[in-house]
Amino acid sequence: MLARTVTHALVGLDARRVEVEAHLQGAVPGFAIVGLADRACQEAKERVRSGIISAELEWPGGRKRITVNLAPAALRKEGSGFDLPIALAVLAASHQIPIPRLEEHASVGELALDGRIRPVGGVLVAAEGARRAGLDRMLCAAETAPEAALAGIDPVPVRHLADAVAYLRGELELPAVVAPNGHSPVSGPDLADVRGQERARRALELAAAGGHNLLLAGPPGTGKTMLARRLPGILPPLTDEETLEVTRIHSVAGLLPRDRPLVTVRPFRHPHHSASMAALVGGGVSGLRLGEATLAHRGVLFLDELVEFARPALEALRQPLEDGLVSVARVEGRAVFPARFQLVGTMNMCPCGARGDPAAECSCSPQRLASFRDKLSRALLDRFDLVVAVPRARAAELAGHPGEASALVQQRVVAARSRLGNACRLERTHEASALLDRAVERLPLSGRGRARVARVARTIAALADADGVATEHMAEALAYRAPRELSGA
Amino acid sequence: MSELALAAYAAETGAHLVRPPRDGRWRAFSRNFDGGRFLAGLSERGLRWIGRGEPAFPPLLAAIHDPPPGLFLRGGGDAEVLLRAAVAIVGARSCSPYGSQVARTCARELAAAGLVVISGLARGIDGEAHRGALDAGGVTVAVLGCGIDRDYPASHRELAARICERGLIVSEYAPDVEPAPWRFPARNRIVAGLARATVVVEARERSGALITADFALEEGREVFAVPGEITSALSAGTNALLGLAASPYTSAQDVLDALGLEAPRRPVLELGAEAELVLGRLRQFAAGADELQRSTGLDAGALAAALTELELAGAAVQEGGLFRASG
Repeated sequence: MLARTVTHALVGLDARRVEVEAHLQGAVPGFAIVGLADRACQEAKERVRSGIISAELEWPGGRKRITVNLAPAALRKEGSGFDLPIALAVLAASHQIPIPRLEEHASVGELALDGRIRPVGGVLVAAEGARRAGLDRMLCAAETAPEAALAGIDPVPVRHLADAVAYLRGELELPAVVAPNGHSPVSGPDLADVRGQERARRALELAAAGGHNLLLAGPPGTGKTMLARRLPGILPPLTDEETLEVTRIHSVAGLLPRDRPLVTVRPFRHPHHSASMAALVGGGVSGLRLGEATLAHRGVLFLDELVEFARPALEALRQPLEDGLVSVARVEGRAVFPARFQLVGTMNMCPCGARGDPAAECSCSPQRLASFRDKLSRALLDRFDLVVAVPRARAAELAGHPGEASALVQQRVVAARSRLGNACRLERTHEASALLDRAVERLPLSGRGRARVARVARTIAALADADGVATEHMAEALAYRAPRELSGA
Repeated sequence: MSELALAAYAAETGAHLVRPPRDGRWRAFSRNFDGGRFLAGLSERGLRWIGRGEPAFPPLLAAIHDPPPGLFLRGGGDAEVLLRAAVAIVGARSCSPYGSQVARTCARELAAAGLVVISGLARGIDGEAHRGALDAGGVTVAVLGCGIDRDYPASHRELAARICERGLIVSEYAPDVEPAPWRFPARNRIVAGLARATVVVEARERSGALITADFALEEGREVFAVPGEITSALSAGTNALLGLAASPYTSAQDVLDALGLEAPRRPVLELGAEAELVLGRLRQFAAGADELQRSTGLDAGALAAALTELELAGAAVQEGGLFRASG
């Protein structure tokens, strides 16, 4: 007897339709899974067997040979999400659930030995695949049902294999699940907590308004990390489309919090400086791992102590910074992931960290300083539109007024972004161009550096709601170029 | 020609010689020495030689206690450069941002007043002094503690090339002499000997720059020291020097007055009102941007624009997030 059901395999961020066929025949009893199943998938045998028995259903493998085929056979199948469809196909093949009814449903989920259904990653993507395949109902773990509902299908939330069987037999009604809506923002850390640091705050606002990458340089303990953490909070809110995009990525990575399956806050990723190249941009030996660059898509990638990162890992970030995507070479071909993030880096100004601290004396030798600078390649430094020195604040400043709240800053940022969208406005005045020319002569500014200053000047003008880029905007933009100590000029 | 033979003999034996030794080996060497060929070899490599006895040899250097047998020269500058009024600017290799900025400004202003700036091509203060003179379009001379054909330290190769455009690199050591620790103090007597005044910018308690100052004092030349914070180890040497015999250096004018020279008229900076306000604060003390913002009441954008204006006008510099008035 043969039964079929449909599920979806994850290939990167995409779902590929996989047909699960179960065939029973009266030969030597046994259980085989064919169709390029990886190890986690092969182990489904044991879970499926125990799950069916625990659900007090009949296990046909005692008398018959069960063959499960995952088609297309050439696609590599990874993970434990195949447990539920395999169990259902076996049960249908042994006439315990009606075959036509099963064929109307997609399914995804992992089985526990006691028959409970456990959530797996990538349910949103699988649900989108089901919708494309013309199925509008999908069985999945109750925890992941809201996530599946985001794809516009009707998820069937099941907690136990017995529930799934009862439902398919028409003996059990399960409640409809509504898709979560994104209009209940979670508050992140607020800029009001930052006292002093006016210049760095200004740079943070500019970074948010113009989507610029920001480098904060200064001695330890001056609040660089604190500032960076507040960038997502002043960026414009995610649009509905972006929300789904980010949720999809986090769903595949298995990072969605169960209680809030919709990502409504821009991601803030903070990889440790020991992160490998694969950890930063994705790929790796076993399986397609999403890198931090992709997890930070539409949000902020924060690299604390930039120079401590391995040079190849940093260099690998140049592609996503340029193109907004990561392409990872794989045996089966190239996989392309979105990675449009804003980069915020921090670093000390010298190896001992005393530079920029009026109360300490730098003890670094010139050679150490030079090798410190060399670690940060010119090419990467060029990707930071804004470089701000954050010297240590004196104690008196810390007692100052609390700063402006994130919500106020965000309003200005949103307004500036819409002005920047109208590209026809914001012509550069003659005087502003003349100032830029003069600066290029007198300061160590590369061609790329020049373009960067011009870009920042546009953002400043947009934030000021000016008619065009005037001299004062250009002058301010010039103040955020890489200082001499870092550029080595 | 015996001076050239002496320099060549010193290079061959790896010794430091200012007068002929009394031994057979030297007599044999000087008998067989072919000065013409040696000079031809030098000019092939773009190098020159001035013996102690020649009229082109700087008289100030000839007047010191143990002048070198002669000087090897490299670079596009005329040998006459060595006869002009010169000031030496020396100091620590690992200097503070304050020191490097003072050295650069000092060199720039003295070079603009027409003085030749002399230093040792070392990292830190020496390098900044050369750069400052070049900034002002002035002439600068680097004295090496190794063979004339070497650029030491190697990281200053580019700087050496820029010095050579209009200035000179000089050394008492013939080509191929390796740098050695004991040659640098010997080099310092030439730095001090060539200059009418010596400015020590930053020096630790036992710094090589103090050796230069000692030589200068012994020869009765003017010595200036830049006062520094009493808590900073980098200023221990200079502050001690002030207690002994040096005059405090507070501006280029101090040096010009001591040498009886006129300062060039400083071009009046045309600054906006906000830039003037910020410059006024910076003249009181170096400050970070946030501190300036509070004391001037400007907003972050206007302040950043004012600071850029000052930097472009050369009236302020930024280092480690702190801004200082310069010049």
